[in-house]
Amino acid sequence: MLAIDDKDLGTPERKSDKLISLEVDGRTVEVPEGTSVMRAAALADIWIPKLCASDLLEAFGSCRLCLVEIEGRNGLPASCTTLAEPGMRVRTQSQRLTKLRRNVMELYMSDHPLDPFECKAGGKCELHKMAQAVGLDHVRYSSSGRNHLTLPVDNSNPYFTFDPTRCILCSRCIRACDERQGTYALTIDGRGFNSVISPGQHQHYSESECVSCGACVQLCPTDALMEKSVLETGPAERAVITTCGYCGVGCSFKAELRGDQVVRMVPNKNGLPNFGHSCVKGRFAWGYATHPDRVRTPMIRKRISDPWQEVSWEEALRYAASELKRVQAKYGRGSIGGITSSRCTNEEAYLVQKLVRAGFGNNNVDTCARVCHSPTGYGLKAALGTPAGTQDFDSVRASDVIMVIGANPTEGHPVFASIMKRRLREGAHLIVVDPRRIELVRMPHVEADYFLQLKPGTNVALLNAMSHVVVTEGLAKEDFIRERCDVREYEMWREFIVQKRNSPESVEQTTGVPAESIRGAARLYAKGPNSAIYYGLGVTEHSQGTTAVLAMVNLAMVTGNLGRAGVGINPLRGQNNVQGSNDVGSFPHEYTGYRHVSDPQVRAAFEREWGVKLDPEPGLRIPNMFDAALDGSFKGLYVEGEDIAQSDPNSQHVAEALAAMEIVIVHDIFLNETSKYAHVFLPGSSFLEKDGTFTNAERRISRVRKVLPPLAGMEDWEVTCALARAFGYPMNYSHPSEIMDELARLTPIFAGVSYGKLERLGSVQWPCNDDAPDGTAVMHVGQFVRGKGRFMLTEYIPTEERTSPRYPLILTTGRVLTQYNVGTQTRRTKNVTWYAEDRLEIHPHDAEQRGIRDNDWVEVSSRAGSIVLRAEITDRMQPGVVYTTFHYPETGANVVTTENSDWATNCPEYKVTAVQVLPTTRRPERRVPEPAHHAEMSHQ
Amino acid sequence: MDIHRLVKMANDIGSFYEALPDRSEAISSIATHLKNFWEPRMRREIIEHARQGAEATPRLKELVREAILTLE
Ligand code: SF4
Ligand code: SF4
Ligand code: FES
Repeated sequence: MLAIDDKDLGTPERKSDKLISLEVDGRTVEVPEGTSVMRAAALADIWIPKLCASDLLEAFGSCRLCLVEIEGRNGLPASCTTLAEPGMRVRTQSQRLTKLRRNVMELYMSDHPLDPFECKAGGKCELHKMAQAVGLDHVRYSSSGRNHLTLPVDNSNPYFTFDPTRCILCSRCIRACDERQGTYALTIDGRGFNSVISPGQHQHYSESECVSCGACVQLCPTDALMEKSVLETGPAERAVITTCGYCGVGCSFKAELRGDQVVRMVPNKNGLPNFGHSCVKGRFAWGYATHPDRVRTPMIRKRISDPWQEVSWEEALRYAASELKRVQAKYGRGSIGGITSSRCTNEEAYLVQKLVRAGFGNNNVDTCARVCHSPTGYGLKAALGTPAGTQDFDSVRASDVIMVIGANPTEGHPVFASIMKRRLREGAHLIVVDPRRIELVRMPHVEADYFLQLKPGTNVALLNAMSHVVVTEGLAKEDFIRERCDVREYEMWREFIVQKRNSPESVEQTTGVPAESIRGAARLYAKGPNSAIYYGLGVTEHSQGTTAVLAMVNLAMVTGNLGRAGVGINPLRGQNNVQGSNDVGSFPHEYTGYRHVSDPQVRAAFEREWGVKLDPEPGLRIPNMFDAALDGSFKGLYVEGEDIAQSDPNSQHVAEALAAMEIVIVHDIFLNETSKYAHVFLPGSSFLEKDGTFTNAERRISRVRKVLPPLAGMEDWEVTCALARAFGYPMNYSHPSEIMDELARLTPIFAGVSYGKLERLGSVQWPCNDDAPDGTAVMHVGQFVRGKGRFMLTEYIPTEERTSPRYPLILTTGRVLTQYNVGTQTRRTKNVTWYAEDRLEIHPHDAEQRGIRDNDWVEVSSRAGSIVLRAEITDRMQPGVVYTTFHYPETGANVVTTENSDWATNCPEYKVTAVQVLPTTRRPERRVPEPAHHAEMSHQ
Repeated sequence: MDIHRLVKMANDIGSFYEALPDRSEAISSIATHLKNFWEPRMRREIIEHARQGAEATPRLKELVREAILTLE
């Protein structure tokens, strides 16, 4: 079922400069060419009955409920499949039509309970609405004849049921799965009267290819496919638009409520960027918000070895602030700092950096983007002038060649993957660069032209080789370069890139990719005409992460693939607000809008607004904070929403650093690994419990709206304000909109953003200012933000993490669709049905050599530590490379990762760790070190 | 702070800029990077280390050492 307040215009929007005028029931309406009669009528507020049509799907024309009369035409055409024509005169109501529609409806209802009280959607499903619309109040045929009313219900999916007795075979679910999700999990089984909708080959949903995106459930016009939450709670009464709290796609949702209970989350049909689509996480995995593990009361303790003591907000904040002050008085101004998460809203992240800069008086603030996309920020800013993705997601619909490198969109960014897959089905070409054969390489109706299965850590060598081919084979877009780029730097780069060491043949050995494939992929990319790069952490989380980002910029510039729709360089951000938390000044060297703290003019503006003198020197980054803690010069930390003990590399080192601090304040919704080292725990609010904004990977700022009261009584932004006040720095806002106003006042790229505008436009992509009052979809049109595009020399330097006889394999990491990062949220939902533990993927050859069978327990050891998990033998992996996810703390994948990091940003090298894998009798234990060992190190 | 880590970080930065054909541009780029991204206590310690001479261990790349000494 669609959201309760959704209007459905019957067929999708068509874009055309040519407008057509027609008449429907005497009303004149103008529509773009290609628009259906049904949609034209709806635009004139005339709602033709329909069942098989939806504006989320292409017209299908099977139910015959939408028949109309058209002057001068014989018969009664279906309005959903008939296109509007100039001068057309359409009648949607007549006695003949009413009778026909009633007959059609009667046939449907003869195999379906007519009584709305029997409807699981409380009579609100489209079928019942249509029965009402055509005036059907009784059915002449008895239900004792042949019917489907005894078929068994499929309850196998944890979130929705399929009741075939309620199915009308409109095939909207099948089309949703094919057209919108691109998974092709459903078919019609059997023929004629015996036809039934079936996942896979007579399978249950849970055994089929279904990825639980919920598109079929949303589009089912009856109560055949229904969310279990609706069955449990009852139909919703109202809907509030908000934004998903999971990944960087940032889908818009309607939270539907009954009283003060969330009934379901339905993707917002009119919301960008997802156009009414979603994935299993945003759609279904929100139950963590009311999980019993949620902490509802603030807690303090003097030592980390003491038990927690529940206290009032006042006492917790007073204690936290007095400890911060004590530590600062004893160890100096730079001895404390703060860390935010990309799960925080823009307003929350802004407040924490303000507290650090204006309150603590230093710049020791950082955010978890440090460990994921900081090289993106550095690289894109250095070369193009702004540290953000160049396109909107929809731009991919204009791409001819799509290169996906170090990203796994069908698992990590599923809704964007669905948009991309649609474009690929339309004929765009695909290049996949990844050490692991990701799903996109070959799936229903999608196959990569080139799959460059490189060795982990060799992105730079491969990207350089692609540019080498472009330049040496005369494929460079010289006109574009001369007009848009710094020519001196281009010449210097050109000289570098044509050198033999950068040729595909020279790097074949290093990358493990045949030279001919590199050449083929480079030619394909160069010829486009519109070629786009999408990348993820497989690019950034390397010692050469920044270099690889720069190498991609070089490749895009040399082929002229920047500054219009269909091209560009696009980071796929892991968490919902990675972009936003960076934008609002969470890095230790930058104020909001990426302006360096040493810039006197910018600093003066902040000093005026904040009423204090500010420190002109950059602060400590997360890994530097840990080092300084061990060194004794960093002693206090406020962490909002980030489990650094679990998500940062080399857990042992992090644990020791945290244990060496005198005041650690954790502000989060659950106790986590980091809180084991904390002295104050401030209970946080989930995304359903607060107001604010998130900025997704395409720079789109969307509203997060409070639909439930905060469990612990305070929204997160209020907590930071209260902590600031307790610390002695005044921070008074009555609503997050005022924080956004301040941000806009201080930040040129946000100057035009306000809650009022977001209310009006739904969302807006920055830069949003006088030059672009409605925001900017594609960046660098006509000119790069920095003026001339900058080619930079990107010498390939192999990581120092090398295999050896002792550690002969390379471990790389990733994630799965149903789980999210360190799993804090998704592990507390029914998503565990699909993925209950992390596994080690290993190639059959490597497994056989070691006597490892599928499902065996294995020990993975690196120079930093060892972990135990089960093996999954698969040829997705190449020999010599193993892979795991990091969703479960029991696995503690970061126990084995090393402290190597990106040269420019210290982003850790998660993606390359030399390991040995051997069968073991050990079983997993809690791998993040327990603080008990360190209790004596606490100086309280 | 752990001087081994600081030296490794500085040398990593050096490795990137080493590719520049103009040595003085490489030196100034390294110095600018350190100034823009390293917190003062980190800079202080690395300067201290660079001052101890080219032979001091852990070894700084010569290019990097020169860049650091321009920060004084
Ligand atoms: S939930 Fe999504 S993937 Fe599963 S059958 Fe429905 S549309 Fe297809
Ligand atoms: S794709 Fe990302 S933003 Fe969209 S519903 Fe899934 S997790 Fe949420
Ligand atoms: S809505 Fe047009 S035929 Fe079904």
